[in-house]
Amino acid sequence: MVVPNPEGRISLAILALGGQGGGVLADWILATAEANGFIAQGTSVPGVAQRTGSTIYYIELFPAVGTPPVLALSPVPGDVDIVIASELMEAGRAIQRGFVSAGRTVLIGSTHRIYAIAEKSARHDGRRPSERILEAAFARAGRFIGFDMDEAASRAGSVISSVMLGALAASGALPFPRAAFEAAITAGGIAVPANLRGFAAGWDAAGTAPTSLREQPTEAPAMSLPAPRSATGHTLAARISAELPPGAHRNSLEAVKRLADYQDAAYAALFLDRLKPIADLDDGTDNHKLTAETARGLALWMSYEDTIRVADLKTRDTRLARVRNEVKAGDAELLRVTEYMHPRLQEVCETLPAGLGRFILSSPALRGRLERFFQKGRHVETTQLRWFVPLWLLAQARTYRRGTLRYQEEQHRITAWLGLLTSIARQDVAAATEIALTQRLIKGYGDTFERGLRQFGLIAAAIESRRNAPGLAPLIATLRDAALADETDTALLQALAAANIGVVSPAIA
Amino acid sequence: MAERSFKKEVEDLRLGAGDIFHGEGILAVTKALLQSGVAYVGGYQGSPISHLMDVFADANSLLTELGVHFEASASEATAAAMLAASVNYPLRGAVAWKSVVGTNVASDALSNVASGGVTGGALIIVGEDYGEGSSIMQERTHAFAMKSQMWLLDPRPNLTSIVDMVEAGFQLSEASNTPVMLELRVRACHMTGSFLAKDNRRPPLTVSQAAAAPVRDTNRIVLPPANFLHEQEKIEKRWPAALAFIAENKLNEHMGPADGDIGIIVQGGMFNALNRALELLGLSDSFGNSQLPILCLNVTYPLLPSEIAAFCAGKHSVLIVEEGQPEFIEHELNTLLRRADLTTKLYGKGVLPRAGEYGAHVLRDGVAGFLRAAAPALAPPEQAPIVPALAPADVPQRPAGFCTGCPERPIFTAMKLVERELGPSHVSADIGCHLFSILPPFNIGNTTMGYGLGGAGASAFKPDGKRAIAIMGDGGFWHNGLTSGIGNAVFNKDDTVTLIVDNGYSAATGGQDILSSNALNDDRSTRHPIERAVRGVGGNWVRTRTNTYDVAGMRDTLREALTTKQAGPKVIVAQSECMLNKQRREKPLVAKAIKAGKRMTRERFGIDPDTCTGDHSCIRLSGCPSLSVRPNPDPLRQDPIAHVDNSCVGCGLCGEVSHAAVLCPSFYKATLVHNPGRWERLRHALRGRIIASLQNLQARSLAQRSF
Repeated sequence: MVVPNPEGRISLAILALGGQGGGVLADWILATAEANGFIAQGTSVPGVAQRTGSTIYYIELFPAVGTPPVLALSPVPGDVDIVIASELMEAGRAIQRGFVSAGRTVLIGSTHRIYAIAEKSARHDGRRPSERILEAAFARAGRFIGFDMDEAASRAGSVISSVMLGALAASGALPFPRAAFEAAITAGGIAVPANLRGFAAGWDAAGTAPTSLREQPTEAPAMSLPAPRSATGHTLAARISAELPPGAHRNSLEAVKRLADYQDAAYAALFLDRLKPIADLDDGTDNHKLTAETARGLALWMSYEDTIRVADLKTRDTRLARVRNEVKAGDAELLRVTEYMHPRLQEVCETLPAGLGRFILSSPALRGRLERFFQKGRHVETTQLRWFVPLWLLAQARTYRRGTLRYQEEQHRITAWLGLLTSIARQDVAAATEIALTQRLIKGYGDTFERGLRQFGLIAAAIESRRNAPGLAPLIATLRDAALADETDTALLQALAAANIGVVSPAIA
Repeated sequence: MAERSFKKEVEDLRLGAGDIFHGEGILAVTKALLQSGVAYVGGYQGSPISHLMDVFADANSLLTELGVHFEASASEATAAAMLAASVNYPLRGAVAWKSVVGTNVASDALSNVASGGVTGGALIIVGEDYGEGSSIMQERTHAFAMKSQMWLLDPRPNLTSIVDMVEAGFQLSEASNTPVMLELRVRACHMTGSFLAKDNRRPPLTVSQAAAAPVRDTNRIVLPPANFLHEQEKIEKRWPAALAFIAENKLNEHMGPADGDIGIIVQGGMFNALNRALELLGLSDSFGNSQLPILCLNVTYPLLPSEIAAFCAGKHSVLIVEEGQPEFIEHELNTLLRRADLTTKLYGKGVLPRAGEYGAHVLRDGVAGFLRAAAPALAPPEQAPIVPALAPADVPQRPAGFCTGCPERPIFTAMKLVERELGPSHVSADIGCHLFSILPPFNIGNTTMGYGLGGAGASAFKPDGKRAIAIMGDGGFWHNGLTSGIGNAVFNKDDTVTLIVDNGYSAATGGQDILSSNALNDDRSTRHPIERAVRGVGGNWVRTRTNTYDVAGMRDTLREALTTKQAGPKVIVAQSECMLNKQRREKPLVAKAIKAGKRMTRERFGIDPDTCTGDHSCIRLSGCPSLSVRPNPDPLRQDPIAHVDNSCVGCGLCGEVSHAAVLCPSFYKATLVHNPGRWERLRHALRGRIIASLQNLQARSLAQRSF
């Protein structure tokens, strides 16, 4: 059992990221304590950690009794009364370092995430789970007051430091009334109204913060199934419920919705035609995971990002409204939007009728002559007519998409993928499911897209060579993870070598 | 103009007798210097003593009033050499820097001043950057004090003790004709507290008065035969004088009971942590009333043999709490005990960790170990270690990195792109914010050899084919890189590429002005272009790029430097203002202009969630804090999408990267026009109407085919 200091000393650690105002928060706390009969000492180790790294501010408060106390300069694990963390993983760091003690420490932590570089630079989803931290916070803290302080700050038009101060005041962990904290903000004299708003937001939210893990809001609320709103929609939805297992309904509904938007109802129907044979081979494992994941991959592949699609998405009215909202443009402010586009000759030819596109791309002389027009990226200002109109016209080329080179290429690739998947599904549903999941590698534009395609090809060739071997499903999963591990093919080639698979020319490319 | 304004702190420097000074440890030192009648102050900025330099830089009028000369020295060597003023004249002088790195740079001048000795008090304030948050090699300044025989003060970390030690340091220096070092650890520098102020004192003799009446004494110059004399003098005169002064003025403190079987000797700077450790063991209280005798060494070099002998006599065991290694004090204590013929057993690194910072929890365990061996009756029961609730993998590391919108980031993006074309080069890094390039996502840089030594660190490479790249900041360039890097490369006909990051400030240390700063500074001479200096020492291939955010331009220049046939060093000066300072300067101005109804534009970047496919290439080429990820709103896609948050300052790198690296069309720049003119508003409305009608057509077609 950890006991508070018998002489009334209060120790408080703030874990924040450089630039989050941890120092300002510390100053407010020190000022509040000093104005209310306490001796207060704060320290920190700014240095380079200030530049976006994690920083700890440490405060000790002692009731002023005449004799000056000897105060420590760094938090001692097991001897901290209050921990304030400006972000969820920083709360996790405080727990990990032993600053949060059961039965004693009041942990006040924001539950929002600022992703670390390793988390956000991964080629897939590198985010660490928040649940582990929340679980530990509720289990290890004397009391955990957690809510999204970043959101509260932005709603109040303030900064997170003032929200944290409000939450601290509301926690009652320090023996000072609300007005004492507010007085410190006012005395600070910087952005006082905004900081007081943030303080109030923090005070209010702390009062209603969840008191157990169960009450903690889950991150992604379950999305409702898309409901058809047109005659075409009803027809497609009816086909889905008639032809496909329930486990695949959600993805299939999303898929037909997406493909109708992408091209037309016929294209969405083509999707169902392609999926049906896979569904027929599905043995129902994991709630028809094979069908559900094939639906996902197929829909994404069929809605490949060509120039027509990009132009279509960039010129929509809903998009302009979204940008306005995103950048918080006020009514009185004019909004200009500039796109950063870099279509290469490759992409231009892919949008041309297949014959013409192929002709240009296969003629080195012509290529060389044309390529220099596509060396530079373009600043495309879509709020100007001279850029909007051409882009809008390009979006209208959707009706001619089936004639483009890219359409032919992608349909060829899709057919090959489905062919492989189907043949494997006949003998090994688990492996076929992994093939469906491997579609995940195909994404992005330009080099990124080509890298994914190349890696996919290597894996497809590996599957062909191991077609009848046992353990195919885990092998595919291993190769897929290796492909996602780095930007070069290093990890994938290592994984292939480890599995004794020679690299042959890609089967699908 | 430094990162922070110190106007309020400058006012605190004016406090007089009876006032309570309230503030940071390092600022208390600035006040203590003025109270001690210092005549001149110099130094080089760096954590944790930057604020001392910044406050003095902002306190020009007060310093003029008092007749105190302040210089922002070009390097620590410059600052140390400044102490020459105290050799012949009764002038009190103080210099400050980050240690151990600064002391390394200063050591030539320090050895000279320590050899000849001083007449006026010479105080060297070192910010000991050791332990958590440190960005340098973990070494001790203690070694420098010993080798040059300068006295080392290590006061208890509370403002009164620190301030008293500044005054005592000058007196000790004068009493023993020896420069004195005042060691302050990082947390002590940044610790807040208060002390009872005294009036500032004008120096009895100012530097200009001294210069007007020059004194020459060849015995104080390090040249034979005086140099041999100095060594004798150190041993025969200065050392005994120092011991006498320390003893007479009781600079070291005795705490706790007068007698006991066991005791603890502690460095002054470690006292608070030791007391907390004893408290946790039930052997002291919050006021430092220890149940064990403690000898607190506010002077850690030299030690007083008589004091040590008196403390240890009658004790069978003594613990020395000495942070860092090698354990110089412990060695010395063992010698002193032996010489005094005492049988007291000395405990130190045996029960405490040999290396690393001593926090109170480390000392608690160390003292417990000491008690178990020397006084089992006092030892706490063994406790089972607390099982951590989270595994290391649960909490991601968060290394420091470039700030949002940092102009150095695009330089390394360009390097990454060139690396893709030409393959990796050997990269010799330097000290400064740019060293963050060695961390993810850039992972650029093979070695770093010290401040301004990026160029020199590449000098061994005489490649036939691939050239080595040296990085240098503008701070390092002026610190010594111009001669040690560029001059050296010109003279030795090196073929290396040197990339000088010119962001207008000594940015990593807090944004101080330097020779090439663009800012006009009333007290300093700025705006001296780096390119001119490079050409001045014979550099011929020099390219100054005035916009680092132009990634394609940076990439092309770098490629040219790496491939040009021209012999000799290739120097690229990459210029764009430090974003932290730029924002601090411009943000209030823009807000004010908008409020005043002036037409202003504000830019920030965004990402379209429906075209982003979640590959994060853009993040791997940038690492900007404002460029992050968020859950994919697309019900079918699973990988999180890239996302620009509201902290974006609109530097434009995202867009330039997607152009230069041909990434994806998801980035957009949103330009917000505040207070547009009537004509602009009208044109915008007209355009908007046409665009809206086209969008309507599109929306109708979409509705027809929709699900």
